[in-house]
Order: sequence, then C-alpha cells, then structure tokens
Amino acid sequence: MSVNYEQSFNGPMIQFDNVVKRFGQLTVLEDLNFDVAPGEFVTLIGPSGSGKTTILRLLMTLEKLTEGTIYVGGEPLSHLHKDDKLVEANEKHLREARKKIGMVFQQFNLFPNMKVLRNITEAPVRSLGRSRDEAEKRGSELLEMVGLSDKVDAHPSQLSGGQQQRVAIARALAMEPKVLLLDEVTSALDPELVTGVLHLLKEIAETTDITFLCVTHEMQFARDVSDRVMMFDSGHVIEDAHPDKLFTDPDPDPDPDHERTREFLHAVLDRG
Amino acid sequence: MSENFGVIFSSILDGLTTTIWATLGGIALTIVLAFAAGLGMLSRWLAVRWLARIYVEVFRGTSEVVQLFWIFFVLPLLVGFRLVPLFAGILVLGLNHGAYGGEIVRGAVQSVPKAQHEGAIACNFSPAQRMFRVILPQAVVEMMPPFGPDIMVIYGVELAFYLVLAILITIVMRALESAGAKRIGRMPPPRTKFLAKTQGGGV
Repeated sequence: MSVNYEQSFNGPMIQFDNVVKRFGQLTVLEDLNFDVAPGEFVTLIGPSGSGKTTILRLLMTLEKLTEGTIYVGGEPLSHLHKDDKLVEANEKHLREARKKIGMVFQQFNLFPNMKVLRNITEAPVRSLGRSRDEAEKRGSELLEMVGLSDKVDAHPSQLSGGQQQRVAIARALAMEPKVLLLDEVTSALDPELVTGVLHLLKEIAETTDITFLCVTHEMQFARDVSDRVMMFDSGHVIEDAHPDKLFTDPDPDPDPDHERTREFLHAVLDRG
Repeated sequence: MSENFGVIFSSILDGLTTTIWATLGGIALTIVLAFAAGLGMLSRWLAVRWLARIYVEVFRGTSEVVQLFWIFFVLPLLVGFRLVPLFAGILVLGLNHGAYGGEIVRGAVQSVPKAQHEGAIACNFSPAQRMFRVILPQAVVEMMPPFGPDIMVIYGVELAFYLVLAILITIVMRALESAGAKRIGRMPPPRTKFLAKTQGGGV
C-alpha cells in the first residue's frame, strides 16, 4: 500500500488536519490546517516562537503531536490505521514514514565521527539498503553538485559553516526524500556564505520535484523561490499567499492580520 | 633493610603474573559490564533500567573487600562450589568497577548533544544504529578521561607494579584521548609536562 502511493495518490503531499501541539501548558500550534501540493515550495515566515520550526519538527517526527493528524503522501505520518481508528505509530511505521522526508538543520548536525562522504552514504546504506559502492557513487555525485568534490575525505570539523551546510544538504538529498524540510538553514552562517547556500537550494528546488517546506528569515530568497508564503503568528496562519502578493502588498488592507504581516516584514527587511 | 631487598623483590615478582592476569581480566570485564550497565540505565524499557540501576547501586554502595568476601566465602555455601581465587578476584574487580564505569558510560552518552540524535533520526537510522553508529563513537571520547584514572588507581595493587602501570596507563590514555578528540574534530586537551599530572590514590 505504501509503496505505490506515488502512482495512485493525487492529493496533497503534506496535509495538517486540526493539528494541536502543546508543550505542557504552552500551546504552540492550535487547530492548524493546511495542505502543500507535490513539488510546491512553501516558506513559513513569522516572529520567533510562532510555531514555524515546530511544524518542521513534527514532520520529521522529532516531536509528538498533541492532537490531530499529519498526512504525508496521503498516509498518516505518526499514526497507524487500526480498526477504522488512528492509533499512535510504532517505530517500524515511523521508519517507513521517514523515508519520504529529509531535513536540513540550522546547526547542520553532521556526524563529527564520520568523514564527509561517510556522512552522506551511511544513511542510504543503513536504512535504504543500498550497497556501499552504489551509495558512494551517488554520494560523490552529490558532493560534486554542491561543489565539494575535494572534501570527500575531510572531517566535518575541517569545513567552514557554509561547506558543512552543503554537506548536510547533500546528506539529505542522498535519501531521495519526497519532502525536504529546511530549518533556518542559513541562520548560523557567516553573511558572506549565505548567498552560496541559498543559490544551491534554489537550483535544487528548480531542478527536482521535491516538495519544500522552508523556515527562513531571508525574505529575498523566500520571494525568489517560493510558490507560497505562509505568515505565522502565535500558532496560527494569519496569511497564506503568493510571495508577490504578500511581499509587495499592492493595496493596503484594513484587515488586522495583514497589518501584522506588514509590521513583521518591515521589521525584518529594515534590519539589513 | 637493604639485605632483605632481594627477598622482598623476589616475592613481589612471584605475585606479578597473578596481578597482571587479574588486572587484564578485571579491565576486560569492567569494560563489558560498564557498557552493559551504562546503556541499560538509558534503555527504553523500564525493567532494564531498573535492573541496571540496582546492579550499579549495589556494587557501588558496598565495599570491594566485602564483595570479595562474599564471592569467595559466602557464594560457595549458596551454590555449592568455589571459584578459583584468581577468577573470584577478576569477577569482583569487574563487577565493582563495572558499576562505577556504568555511570561514566551513561554520563558520556548523555553528554552527546541532542542535535546528534535529531540528525540521526532525520537520516532515518533505527534506534540501535543511532546509538552504535552516531552516539557511542562520540561518547567514547568523553569516557576516556574518567576511565583512565579509574583503571589506573584500582588495578595497581603492588607498589612497584602500580607505578609502572600508572605511568603506562597514563601515557596510553592520554594518547587515546587526544587521538579520539582529534578524530571527532575537537581540540585535544593542552599538553601538560611529561607525567606532571600523574596522581595516585584517592579512590
């Protein structure tokens, strides 16, 4: 059933169905509903603490949902069908579900005990059952694509932040995800390294049919690559629009939500 | 005193083989039990956590001499056979220091940043792969500094042997530590003067 979903499934790639996430007393996401179509590039913007990163972490199964259901490729992500009901998924289901999803982190999270190539090949070998040779061939191609062919045998600690993030991108792509989650991937980089990484991501977005969900404060990048931008504030989507509409704001709207977006964009864009 | 030196030295030499075997056997058993106990205390299963915790508390909380006494004199009354003295010694060394080592292993594993667990989940590793391919290789480097003195202090029983062993273990552990640190890309600890920090005693 899960093997053929790409042929038979035409619905949204990601679907949040009344998702609630609480940390103790604190409600981070409240009754969240949204869809992302296959191949779409969606950027989440909003102030810190508005729940953007939590959405990515829920999708990567790094956090558990409090209520509601997330569907990826039409199948419940962290639940199982059992007697017409949804029950919490076991590790086996989670490992199957995670095959569709990759994530690039703000702090790269490369494995310091493995060389660069090993960082990229270990996961395909261990969890997709690729042969070492096959994985290394693909890994070398990916390293070439991110412009780091000469760093195959380096340790992550010998690379600059920008280079580490490129390796992390290659590592995520090596798993051939349907969905790629980008969690503030340039926030930890020196300003001069940001452009290169964003350029690479733009190229990947344009040349593959991967579905992207991206949290970023790089508004120009968001505007360039996104098919849709969602503005978050305190756990709610307060605007969901094409970037041109959201960023240019042609006719000032009396809507208070829109006012909040404008305020946020002003604050972020004036900074530079 | 000086005329007895030959006698003293030869009786020390007589015990040397036994000491070496007890030391090597004890270290081997310590390492195995330390990893078993340390990982056991971090298990997903409550029963395993409890079992490991009870083992650690019992063997850390009672003295080594009492444990030796029990294993060698009391256990035979319960099970009907007596262990060879050397094996009894190895068993007690291993059980006792394995319990201390268990805390070192647990602490080292927990000191690996959460981001590494999350990176490993994003790579879709199984829980066992996460532990053995990502977390433990990094944790082992953290274990080196506390394990070194533990092994050194505990197993050198005879004075002469103790000194040689202490020096050797210090050198080897320092080398392992800095090699390990280099491997995961951390700055090795600053080099101290040759053996300047070697200390004995203080269990």
